[in-house]
Amino acid sequence: MLTHEQAEEIFLRLSRFSNADGLEMLIAGGHHALTRFANNTIHQNIDEENYLVSVRAVTGRKTARATTNKLDDESLRRAVESAEAMTEVQVDDPDLLPLAPASMTDGPPTNRYFEHTAALSPEDRARAVEGIVGIAKRNGLTTAGIFSSARSVEAIMNSRGLSTFHAQTSSEISITMLAGDSSGWQKANSPDARNLDAVALAETAARKARDSASPREVPPGKYTVILEPAAVLDLVGYLFFDFGGLAILDQRSFLTNRVGTKLFGENITVDDNVYHPLQSGAPFDGEGVHRRPIRLIENGVVRNLVYARATAEKMKSSEQASKVGRIGPTGHGFPLPNEIGEAPMNIVFDAGPETSRRSVEQMVASTDRGILVTRCWYIREVDPYEKILTGMTRDGTFYIEDGKLRHGLRNFRFNQSLIHMLSNVTEMGTPVRASGEESFNMVVPAMKVRNFNFTEVTKF
Amino acid sequence: MKDIAFWILNTAQSRGASYCDLRVVDERARTVATKNGKVGHASNSESLGVGIRVIAAGAWGFAATQDLSRASVEATAARAVDVARASARVKQHELQLVPERAYVDEWTTPCQVDPFTTSIADNLELLLKVDSELRAVEGVTLAEALLSFRRYEQWFYSSIGSDIHQTKFITGAGYSACAFAGAEIHKRSYPNSFGGQYQNKGYELVEELKLVENARRIAEETVALHKADQCPEGTFDIILDSSQLGLQIHESIGHPIELDRVLGMEANFAGTSFLTTDKLRHLRYGSGLVHVVADATLEHGPGLGTFKYDDEGVPAQCTPIITQGLFTGYLSSRETASAIGEDHSNGTMRAEGWNRIPLIRMTNISILPGAKPLTLEELIASTDHGIFFQTNRSWSIDDKRYNFQFGTEIGWEIKGGKLGRMLKNPSYSGITTEFWNSMDAICSRDQWTLWGTPNCGKGQPMQTMGTGHGASPARFRKVKVGSAYKGT
Repeated sequence: MLTHEQAEEIFLRLSRFSNADGLEMLIAGGHHALTRFANNTIHQNIDEENYLVSVRAVTGRKTARATTNKLDDESLRRAVESAEAMTEVQVDDPDLLPLAPASMTDGPPTNRYFEHTAALSPEDRARAVEGIVGIAKRNGLTTAGIFSSARSVEAIMNSRGLSTFHAQTSSEISITMLAGDSSGWQKANSPDARNLDAVALAETAARKARDSASPREVPPGKYTVILEPAAVLDLVGYLFFDFGGLAILDQRSFLTNRVGTKLFGENITVDDNVYHPLQSGAPFDGEGVHRRPIRLIENGVVRNLVYARATAEKMKSSEQASKVGRIGPTGHGFPLPNEIGEAPMNIVFDAGPETSRRSVEQMVASTDRGILVTRCWYIREVDPYEKILTGMTRDGTFYIEDGKLRHGLRNFRFNQSLIHMLSNVTEMGTPVRASGEESFNMVVPAMKVRNFNFTEVTKF
Repeated sequence: MKDIAFWILNTAQSRGASYCDLRVVDERARTVATKNGKVGHASNSESLGVGIRVIAAGAWGFAATQDLSRASVEATAARAVDVARASARVKQHELQLVPERAYVDEWTTPCQVDPFTTSIADNLELLLKVDSELRAVEGVTLAEALLSFRRYEQWFYSSIGSDIHQTKFITGAGYSACAFAGAEIHKRSYPNSFGGQYQNKGYELVEELKLVENARRIAEETVALHKADQCPEGTFDIILDSSQLGLQIHESIGHPIELDRVLGMEANFAGTSFLTTDKLRHLRYGSGLVHVVADATLEHGPGLGTFKYDDEGVPAQCTPIITQGLFTGYLSSRETASAIGEDHSNGTMRAEGWNRIPLIRMTNISILPGAKPLTLEELIASTDHGIFFQTNRSWSIDDKRYNFQFGTEIGWEIKGGKLGRMLKNPSYSGITTEFWNSMDAICSRDQWTLWGTPNCGKGQPMQTMGTGHGASPARFRKVKVGSAYKGT
């Protein structure tokens, strides 16, 4: 795998081709493998190695980017020339800052590289899948899913002396168990594959498929729901791109004119913290700036936004400046140039003291009438300011009565405001590293929510 | 390229692969965007590599590398065989492919103006003109415009002797205006949402779209939405504009006819399909006016699903999907066609790039226009009371593709055959087959547009693919409207 020294050598080669005022290089890539199974068979199995070198030229107050995966001198020269040529035809951008100084990448490193995960082979993954298929067969089910593993690097260097490098491994298992008219699902991911328990995930998915067989239909309406962590993750993921300062300046955020107000319940506190032990990813942003832990929501009040460097400068001189709390670069910018600005990508929910937390089983036991949701699907934003989302339940939806799971249900469509949802959370579990399909991985708890709004029922 | 192919095929076969194909892809892209009077994004990118797919021990393996040296591609071919042998550890039967001929051919997208010959300065000038028109309307708080060009050149070789060289040009252009006021954000896009219109064409597409000419109207509609009435709840006759009908086809016909979904191969992520194999040639999918084809041939038009061969070397075809309302065909591959006893693939396997395996993907899934002359104005005139939906804003459908809900950026009440008041936040929902069976009118060929959806996601790891959808405006009777805001 590419080392820090090799990345610096590529940057030196690029620098020799450049006539711009400033040059920034981003390298991303590595080795990625994914074993995919369905119908109790491995039907797709891939193995890939690729590195991208992305160059940003800055000339005065103009910038542009060129990217290549060809590492020979001629291709690198072409990338530099291409980026520089694109800057020449632009008009000045008064908001563009010089490249980030070396001092802005002064955060502590993270250790998210595990040799065991880096060394996983196709045979290792196939053995794990064999175990999952065995559990499916024992339960009279068929299974589909993935087991992936990767080792990757991310490096940012620039002509002001900034040089930062992050290597990490990752692994993921996702399992669907299918019965005649029902299904169950589980998913987990971790930088360290030894944290993934394929057998436990498969057993849980199989139990959900078995227990939700012969699903019944109940009418749509407002119900108390218990959302497992993956369901919470996929819903709340729609909040956090609005926590970027540029989203406020663009007036495309639901937080426009709402920072500092109490939007959610007293029990909702959320941080962005790349250093949390259950988090992953590089501790620097798209300009190489150190990611700082930020409290986003405190006891229901939106406290802080996150900022790329240029957004922070722009915000300070805007009419919003007095309304948005602390302003300054937080290390959450995306690679420049871009239209989005920044977003918090290492979300951690605080579920309060351990004594107040409840397991999913305890939440079920305290529910007279409600619905347990394993997973959500095809979530889309219906209303950007009220944060109304639509989507479906999937792969394990259960009816709860008198504190017990009674039977499986036909899946629902919901139309639900996230603002209302996070104002109606009555119980939470211990936050875990959750993984879904509609949002990035986060540390979130299971939640019990009052008055969740189901509007339709589908046919299965 | 022939040397690379020889090294790979030789290595794979000498290590025991019973089948091998490879795709060398050389890709180039340019994206230029503006935002509120400034350059939002300016970037070029290129990517080169090879993906090698093999069958060994009766199972699939795939490996890909960016390094095209002899040592690297031979090692990658060997790795693909090792991966296939690992796959063989967990299988229920031997892999079977339907037969296919070997082809030696070369093909390029018809392209009048290579978009990479246009200057970035000119690209920016056009986008800034659009931006200026959008922001000239008071109340517009965010204006964004985009041009996207891509050149995708692929060399395909297989162990059955195919040698196919294809080059595609893909051009996209569009813009949007947002208006924030009070507690609402409204948005209008042109010519379609989520990036605009995309086709397998050169820069001539940009010139055809009349971007600047439509910008003022779009901006005015964006601001006017703040004063519009909320779309009512209830059951209404509805008319969909052709771009919204294109997305309706994509979600409620295009995905459920993918045979890999039907056979459970996508069950963990994208889901399965209600179109189980017993429904082929038996299910009444829609009314007798519903004729849908999957057509990848150039004769259908320059859609994002147009090519001459798919990514396993099968020629482009036109497959009847729904014929006078009857469900008549799936999208298939060499493997899935074999699984349901068909004797050939209908050629729909495509990969996002060199480092991904081909999957069954929509080609151009289009509804054929009505045979009798019918304009949108005439269709509205023949509608007593209904709602006209324009330009998608949100879309969602369950994992078997039964229950859907769509929202559009703008709606219009139809009363007495005339467009009436503007409606904000319009949405409609339904069950796929009930909806298509309620279609009672569709406009004619002169109202038909071949839309491009550049961002269709499928597979693990996720692959993004462009698909084409031709549609004319159409009317559907007694559809549920407005439930997106019910109870919220």
